[in-house]
Amino acid sequence: MNAWFNTALFGIYPYIALAVLALGSVVRYEREPYTWRSGSSQLLRRRQLMVGSVLFHVGVLIVFFGHLGGLLTPIWLFDLVGIGHGFKQLLAMVVGGIAGGFALVGGLVLAHRRLFDPRIRSTSSFSDIAILLLLIVQLILGLGTIVVSAQHLDGGEMVTFMAWAQGIVTLDPAAASYIAGASWIFKLHIFLGLTIFLVFPFTRLVHMLSAPVRYLWRPGYQVVRSRRRRAVQ
Amino acid sequence: MKIRAQIGKVLNLDKCIGCHTCSVTCKNVWTSREGMEYAWFNNVETKPGIGYPKEWENQKRWNGGWITTRSGKLQPRIGAKWRVLAKIFANPDLPEIDDYYEPFTFDYEHLQTAPESKAMPTARPRSLISGERMEKIEWGPNWEEILGGEFAKRSKDVNFEGVQKEIYGQFENTFMMYLPRLCEHCLNPTCSASCPSGAIYKREEDGIVLIDQEKCRGWRMCISGCPYKKIYYNWSSGKSEKCTFCYPRIEAGQPTVCSETCVGRIRYLGVMLYDADRIEEAASVPDEKDLYQAQLDIFLDPNDPQVQAQARRDGVPEAWLEAAKRSPVWKMAMEWKVAFPLHPEYRTLPMVWYVPPLSPINAAASAGKIGIDGEMPDVRSLRIPLRYLANLLTAGKEEPVALGLERMLAMRGYMRAKTVDGAIDEAIAQRVGLTGAQIEDMYQIMAIANYEDRFVIPTGHREADEDAMEVRGSCGFSFGNGCSGGASGTGLFGTPKRERIKAPRENA
Repeated sequence: MNAWFNTALFGIYPYIALAVLALGSVVRYEREPYTWRSGSSQLLRRRQLMVGSVLFHVGVLIVFFGHLGGLLTPIWLFDLVGIGHGFKQLLAMVVGGIAGGFALVGGLVLAHRRLFDPRIRSTSSFSDIAILLLLIVQLILGLGTIVVSAQHLDGGEMVTFMAWAQGIVTLDPAAASYIAGASWIFKLHIFLGLTIFLVFPFTRLVHMLSAPVRYLWRPGYQVVRSRRRRAVQ
Repeated sequence: MKIRAQIGKVLNLDKCIGCHTCSVTCKNVWTSREGMEYAWFNNVETKPGIGYPKEWENQKRWNGGWITTRSGKLQPRIGAKWRVLAKIFANPDLPEIDDYYEPFTFDYEHLQTAPESKAMPTARPRSLISGERMEKIEWGPNWEEILGGEFAKRSKDVNFEGVQKEIYGQFENTFMMYLPRLCEHCLNPTCSASCPSGAIYKREEDGIVLIDQEKCRGWRMCISGCPYKKIYYNWSSGKSEKCTFCYPRIEAGQPTVCSETCVGRIRYLGVMLYDADRIEEAASVPDEKDLYQAQLDIFLDPNDPQVQAQARRDGVPEAWLEAAKRSPVWKMAMEWKVAFPLHPEYRTLPMVWYVPPLSPINAAASAGKIGIDGEMPDVRSLRIPLRYLANLLTAGKEEPVALGLERMLAMRGYMRAKTVDGAIDEAIAQRVGLTGAQIEDMYQIMAIANYEDRFVIPTGHREADEDAMEVRGSCGFSFGNGCSGGASGTGLFGTPKRERIKAPRENA
């Protein structure tokens, strides 16, 4: 792959994707709050969702936070606490492999439900179907990288991806060059991942940003709103 | 003490004729949209029956309402907060649309476009969700109307608890009553408590419970939390919706649509003052049978000067204090004690109350073995079992319901003596702990039921908190997103654009 193409895909495209993700989400949250929802279809069909959704969400959450922590934690921090590169790679392969497997099975169940259940199919938008298929392809690619990784267990290639991701975040102009020599399957996985960032604000994925963890420490149970301007004792 | 006011409601089941006008007018105003076809903010059920959605009262199945934990603390039956969040990916306590019914339309167009044929063309049903042919309609919002269906199925009604229900399956002993249902606008709503987004709130000014459509994310926990199953998931918009108590009308001093259009004049609206600091205490009394009394105890007497003074300090407007004194809800719930909360055992402290229906004296009783208590028939020999009503209205405690029914019978006896015999029989009133004057008042409010006696609604005071100049030319009520009318055909971020379902020719 020539250097120009490599820079465009992994040096410039990430910023486009992240910019659209951030701005698009802000615009949608501000201008179209009525469309900001998880889009659950459990009411229409319970079958398949109970298993599929739990497997998919739990798997994806583990994979997501694994990528977030694994890619963006500075490598010297791992060195400091004495986690070897090879061990970190193995950990990522095993945990990511199991969680990714969960997510893939769940995703396939959900896709079958979405495509072949008449109620769900006819109430699905293009984006509902497209994003699910994108995520499934991404999961397959991600699991496929394990096969490539297994051929070199020293953690060296993994460190280059960390350097790239941290380079993107720290505005390092040379970031794309760090992964110029990576296997095509990694590159495809990264490209598709960035594309998912790109389409994020236009799909139901926005419900991630509203994950209701605040509920856990919301004081008391009841919510009362007052219209009165003056404070009521 | 912190005094809040709420517009409460009473439905006099003794006068309900089951005409469904309330349901239909409500639907025309609020839920005639895609995604809400199956939802009835107000529906009328025939009891005994399993209701809509199926078995909504069976909390062993749906886990609605509250329980008290071992330490005596209130907790939603669906679980503590962490437990609620753990169910967010797939909610095991959520009814499926078939538990309500699959909404359908008919191929009406076929009647006009069918070619000449030997048989009469028919308009066959079609699903409003998938657009596919429905060969047979299996269930609807009012499937058990007037005791439709087998007794074996209807008798799953949990209000038969403690009643020997088999004999009521016999034609001679059968009984029925209507139960119009809407959101209870509870003092301690479980829907609000179980909403992870905090989108469901109670309005401090009038107690109406609403869902912020821009804050709702469709986590659908409220549907499980609400024991009355009066929150509906809009499958098109992905948001939950519920009865709004017609708040734009209430704010203008008008009754809700269901109340306004009730031909039986069974619905009453009035202000109730209550102590907001004691909600938790009242909702967590250990014995379920004490919940009715506990709720009565947090209502405050609008004629008490100390209550009035505190209410003014807490910001209750003067017009509301005046309305509270004339409140028909106060009179029926507190003064005469003829109205009762629906299923107080859910611990939500509901604010839509019911006057239990009288029913004919049982056949056995009329054959000479009538149980006569003084000059009045014993309410225990009425056709509708007292225990059934008590299970519905007082968590199974029979005495309050019996007294309420006796007072209603006394009102009839007193007024019959007055208008037929021309005699004022104070003794009838005294036997049920009332005075003749109170009975006359009861008669005026409950039997005559003039419009201005049924609806004592003070207007909201928006002028106190809102500059009308700033909102001139704005949309008023909308479905979020500016002036949206609820139809969401937007493109970039929006929901699916769907073609209107067309009725294809049957022979095509």
